[in-house]
Amino acid sequence: MYSEKVMDHFTNPRNVGEIPDADGVGQVGNPVCGDIMKIYIKVKDNIIEDIKFKTFGCGAAIATSSMVTELVKGKTLEEAMQVSNKQVAEALDGLPPQKMHCSNLAADALHAAIQDYLSKKKKEA
Amino acid sequence: MTRRVYFDHSATTPVHPEVVEEMCRFLKDNFGNPTSLHHFGQKARKAVEEAREKVAAAIGANPAEIVFTSGGTEADNMAIHGVAYTNRNRGNHIITSAVEHHAVLNTVKALGKQGFTVTILPVDQYGMVSVEDVAAAITDKTILITIMHANNEVGTIMPIAEIGRLARERGILFHTDAVQSFGKIPVNVDELNVDLLTISGHKIYGPKGIGALYIRKGTRWRQTLFHGGAQERLRRAGTENTPGIIGLGKAAELAMANMEQEAAYLTRLRDRLIREVTEKISHVRLTGHPTKRLPNHASFCFEFIEGESMLLSLDLQGIAASSGSACTSGSLEPSHVLLAMGIPHEVAHGSIRLTLGRDNTEEDIDYFLEVMPSIVERLRAMSPLDQETEFALSDRCNGCRVSHTCRV
Repeated sequence: MYSEKVMDHFTNPRNVGEIPDADGVGQVGNPVCGDIMKIYIKVKDNIIEDIKFKTFGCGAAIATSSMVTELVKGKTLEEAMQVSNKQVAEALDGLPPQKMHCSNLAADALHAAIQDYLSKKKKEA
Repeated sequence: MTRRVYFDHSATTPVHPEVVEEMCRFLKDNFGNPTSLHHFGQKARKAVEEAREKVAAAIGANPAEIVFTSGGTEADNMAIHGVAYTNRNRGNHIITSAVEHHAVLNTVKALGKQGFTVTILPVDQYGMVSVEDVAAAITDKTILITIMHANNEVGTIMPIAEIGRLARERGILFHTDAVQSFGKIPVNVDELNVDLLTISGHKIYGPKGIGALYIRKGTRWRQTLFHGGAQERLRRAGTENTPGIIGLGKAAELAMANMEQEAAYLTRLRDRLIREVTEKISHVRLTGHPTKRLPNHASFCFEFIEGESMLLSLDLQGIAASSGSACTSGSLEPSHVLLAMGIPHEVAHGSIRLTLGRDNTEEDIDYFLEVMPSIVERLRAMSPLDQETEFALSDRCNGCRVSHTCRV
């Protein structure tokens, strides 16, 4: 039911972990629904220098989290904000239809992390 | 080659070789329609009736009380719908439980939209229905009680004989879905005091697509769903699934011959599995009743992680299991059974069911115990749930603060 790419990202997820001194942290989902994604970013000169994730959820939730970190690492914040959940799913060669709505939240978590970074920066300024 | 371990016998079982052999004869040479008068028909008829005798003997019934169906779901639908509509002049109230299989629960709920009133009884933390709750729910309009014999998700065995006695005293018809219990623990229609009882072929090393409904002689029931020919003495229209029926008969016979021995063997494997999983891995809880459970059934919730990702990881190591997590059910909700037991949503998402069978060995258990801890460790390392503080500090109930459904 899952593509090879999904299984690859599920078995060997990229960028798992936390960034203790992250510049921005974003979390979406809740444990009641069965999916939580938390993304940490480190930003330098408007570029996502480092990114890590932690995810509670099914195979699709883990694979999309892993994929989104791979897609945006080294990208500018503007480019990262353009990445959609749909693009993440496409990059994984698609997801089963029932997974599209519940477990495909990784881009939302990324955007939340970027928003967090931007609002912190605003406060500092 | 990947080692393959099948721990999903409550989903389905491999067909016993002797069952396959018997069935093949009725797929090849003895292809007749049991309704036909000629030689070919007679041969098939004889075999169908022999199978009916075997199934009847297995549950202590009279062969005339057995109706073959396409499986457990059809038998449940037919039993409940038939009793409801045949007894509509006597009342309109149906009692069932929150942990029934969907074949029962959704049939009862559908009747709830057709002028019947429905009581769905709660269960305790083990998934057990209480006889007192059944008694309290009965009204003078109650026409049917339907409670499963053993639960498919958590293995809990219900007090069916007691509920049956109560139903009989109050003159209410009583149906039980015995799909999971039949072949694993004794199922006798007189001892259980049931009027209708559902069984299925593919859970007992028989084929898929065949089941049976026991209907006690004299029960106010008639076929209300299926219209057609006069097969099964007007109780189930449609040409008999002869190979399936023969297969179910043979499977029932074999199950009865080996039940005691097999139950003892599987109980030993199950108890070791439960003991070592809960010893070796932290934050695991057994779901279902610790002792009043099916001999082959072990089910757990692993906290902080989700069921489907465990199933995928196990499958990559060759182990087949199942889960009540939302991701495996195709809906957003985790298992209705686990939620009804008061297990919080986020814990219910981490459920795993391991159901053993006759071909499983101690080595299979060893292999699982070798593989599972590192799967849990890997997924927990990835989990953002606060395992240090949020959960670990509150041993009493891990979920109460995050879930409104927690009733523990």
